[in-house]
Amino acid sequence: MKIRLYNDLFLLVIWMGILLNMLTGDNILENGLCETSVEIKNADGLHMRPAMQFVDIANQFQADISVSNNENTVDGKSIMQMSMLAATCGTKLKITAQGSDAEQAVQALKVLVEEKLFDEPPPGDKEK
Amino acid sequence: MEIKKGIAVSPGIAIAKCLTIDAEDYRIPRRSINPSQRIIEIQRLRNAFADAIDELTQLQTEHQALEKQKIKDILAVHLRYLHDRSLRKKITDIIQTELVTAEYAVSTTMRDIASNFAKVPDSYISERATDIYDIERRLLKQLLGSKREDIETLTKEVVIVARELSPTQTAAFNKEFIKGLATDAGGRTSHTAIVARSLGIPAVVALEDLTELISGGDTVIIDGNRGIVIANPDIETIRQYEQYSQEFERLGHRLDTIRKKPAVTRDAVKITLLGNIEFPDEAEMVLQKGGDGIGLYRTEFLYLNRPDEPSENDHYNAYAETVKVFEHRPVIIRTMDLGADKYTQNKRFVREPNPFLGLRSIRFCLQNLMMFKMQLHAILRASVLGEVKIMFPLITNAQELMQAKMILRDVMEDLDEESIPYNRDIDIGIMIETPSAALTASTLARDVDFFSIGTNDLTQYTLAVDRGNELVSTLYSSADPAVLRLIRTVIQDAHKAQIDLSICGEMASEPEYIMLLLGMGARSLSLAPPMIPEIKQIIRSVTIEDCNALVRKVLAMNSERQISSYLRDAARKVLPEAF
Repeated sequence: MKIRLYNDLFLLVIWMGILLNMLTGDNILENGLCETSVEIKNADGLHMRPAMQFVDIANQFQADISVSNNENTVDGKSIMQMSMLAATCGTKLKITAQGSDAEQAVQALKVLVEEKLFDEPPPGDKEK
Repeated sequence: MEIKKGIAVSPGIAIAKCLTIDAEDYRIPRRSINPSQRIIEIQRLRNAFADAIDELTQLQTEHQALEKQKIKDILAVHLRYLHDRSLRKKITDIIQTELVTAEYAVSTTMRDIASNFAKVPDSYISERATDIYDIERRLLKQLLGSKREDIETLTKEVVIVARELSPTQTAAFNKEFIKGLATDAGGRTSHTAIVARSLGIPAVVALEDLTELISGGDTVIIDGNRGIVIANPDIETIRQYEQYSQEFERLGHRLDTIRKKPAVTRDAVKITLLGNIEFPDEAEMVLQKGGDGIGLYRTEFLYLNRPDEPSENDHYNAYAETVKVFEHRPVIIRTMDLGADKYTQNKRFVREPNPFLGLRSIRFCLQNLMMFKMQLHAILRASVLGEVKIMFPLITNAQELMQAKMILRDVMEDLDEESIPYNRDIDIGIMIETPSAALTASTLARDVDFFSIGTNDLTQYTLAVDRGNELVSTLYSSADPAVLRLIRTVIQDAHKAQIDLSICGEMASEPEYIMLLLGMGARSLSLAPPMIPEIKQIIRSVTIEDCNALVRKVLAMNSERQISSYLRDAARKVLPEAF
C-alpha cells in the first residue's frame, strides 16, 4: 500500500513537472530532449534573412535542432532547409532540440521568433 | 558506342578525348558521367564551393564600408547557403546516385529549391527564388569558368563538344590543341562552322542531343567528311578511323600539287569544276582549291541566324563580296530555297504536315513577292560586277518558270526606272530536282540558259524517300536505276537544246560517281570546295572513253546494289587512296 502511494506521489511530481513546463511553453520530454511551439509573427515571414538569423543562433548550440510545420521536419541548422519551410506570418512551427544544451537552444530560438520577431515589424506596423 | 549523324560543315577526321563546354547563360544539359569520374566531379564541386565562398568573402569585405545593410544581408545569406552542409550533401548525392556532372547536379538542385519558393503564395517569400538563382549562377560560374580556363590552357589534344559555341568561347580557344568541334545546334552558317573552317579542323553541327550522350573525357570521333560523330567508339572503329584519317591527310598533301593544274581528262576533255558555297567567306576557298567559279551560291544564310529580315543592301553586299573574288568567272546565285528542312524553326512559317511537298523554295518565293523581288533586285545590281547568273530552285513546271521570269522582268523595269545599271542579258537557269522537271526538261530547256541538276532532291523525290528518316534512309541512293535514267535524260535534253548543264548535288562531290557523270555527258560539276582537288585528280586519271564504257555497263544493270558496288570498284582502281 505504502509502495503504491509513493509510486503515485512520484507520478504526481512528474505530472506537475510536465504541467509546469507546458505553462512555460517548453517541453522537456526526457533527458536532453526539449520541444516548443512558436508562431511566426513578423509580417514578411521566415524569408532569407530571418532564416539566416535562425540558423546562426541554432548553430551556437551543441544540440541537434529540428523544426517542423505540419508537412515537413527540417534541420534547424541548415539555411537551405529552413528557408524551404517558407513559413509565412501566422505559421506555427515546432522546434525540437536534443542534446546537453537543448533547453537553452529552444529558449533562444523562441525569443528570436516570438519576441524579437527577427528584428522585423509585425503585420500591423507594416501597414502603417 | 554511340553514332550520331549531323551536318558536316568542315572536312577532316578528328579522334580525341572530348571537352564539353556550356554557355553560362544556358540551361545546363543533363550529362552523364562514368562511375569512375564521380570523384573528379565531386572534387570539382568542392572547389567550386570553396572558390565561390572566397569570391563572396572578398565581396563582403569590399561592401563592409558601405552602409547598405540590404546588400550585406544578401551576401551573408548567400554565404550561409554556400556553407550549408546539407545543400552540399544534396548536390553530392545527385552526382553519386544519378551519375551526372557537377554542373547539372548544381543546376537541378538549385532549380528544385527555387521552384519550392515559387509555389509559396506569399510574394515576399516566393521572390526569394531569385536569390537561389543567384547562388546557382555563382556556383556555375566557378564550374564553367574553370572549364574556360581549361580551354585556354590545354596541354593535350581535345575535341570540343557543346550545345552551341559563342564567339567569346571560340576566341579563347588554344588552337594548337583543338582538333575538332561538334555541336547540338547550328547549321552550315553557324559560328561553329565558320570557326572550324577558318581553323581547318573538322566540325559537325546539328547533332541534336549529342551533349546529353557525351561526357567530358569520353573518346570522340568527329568525321567532318560524312557528318558523323561517334562517342566512345570501340577499338576496331578507332583503328579504321585512324587509317582513314591518315589516308585523308596523305591524299590532301598529294592533292596540293594538282591544284594549279587544269581539270582535263587523259583524252584532253576539259571539265569545269565549280564550288558550292553558302556564304561569302567560302568563295576564297573555292579559288584556293582550284575551282573555276561558283556553281551554286546558296542564299539562305541571309535569313538564318538573325532575328530580322535582311535588307536589300545585305543581299547586295553578300553577292558583291563573292562576285568580286571571281571577277570574270561565273557565279551562279540560287534564289532563296527556304522552307522544308531550312528555316522551319521560324515561327513565321506555319508548320506544314508535309513540308517537303509543301510551300518551299520557289513556291514560297512566288507567294512572298516582296521578299523575292528584293533578292532579285540585289542580284541584278551585283550583275555588273562580274559574271553573275540567276538560278531558280525546285521548278516543277513551265508555269512556275514563266512566273519567276516575269517577276524578274518586273524588277528589271524597276531598276530601269531607278537608273541603276544591271546586266540585261543575265543568264537564267533552273535547278532540275523534281521528277516532273526532269521528265519535261526538253520543254523547260527552251526558256532557260542552263540547267543544274540537284541530285539530292531529285533522288529523294524520285524514290519517295526522306533520307533524314532512319527507318527508310537505306532506300536513298543516287545510284538507283530510276535516278540515273532521269539524270541521263536531263543531260541529253540539255545537249539537244544546246544549253549549259552542270551537276550540283552531292553526287558531284562523291568520287565513285564522277566517271558515271562524265560518261553520261556532264562536263561541268559543282561541288563542296574541299572536295575539288580529289575530284580533279579522278578527272585527270580517266578518259572519256573509259567513262562511256562504264555508263553502258551501268545502264544495263537493274539493281542499285549492283550499280553501287560496280561504281565503287571502278573508282577504287582510279584513285585507291580515296577509299
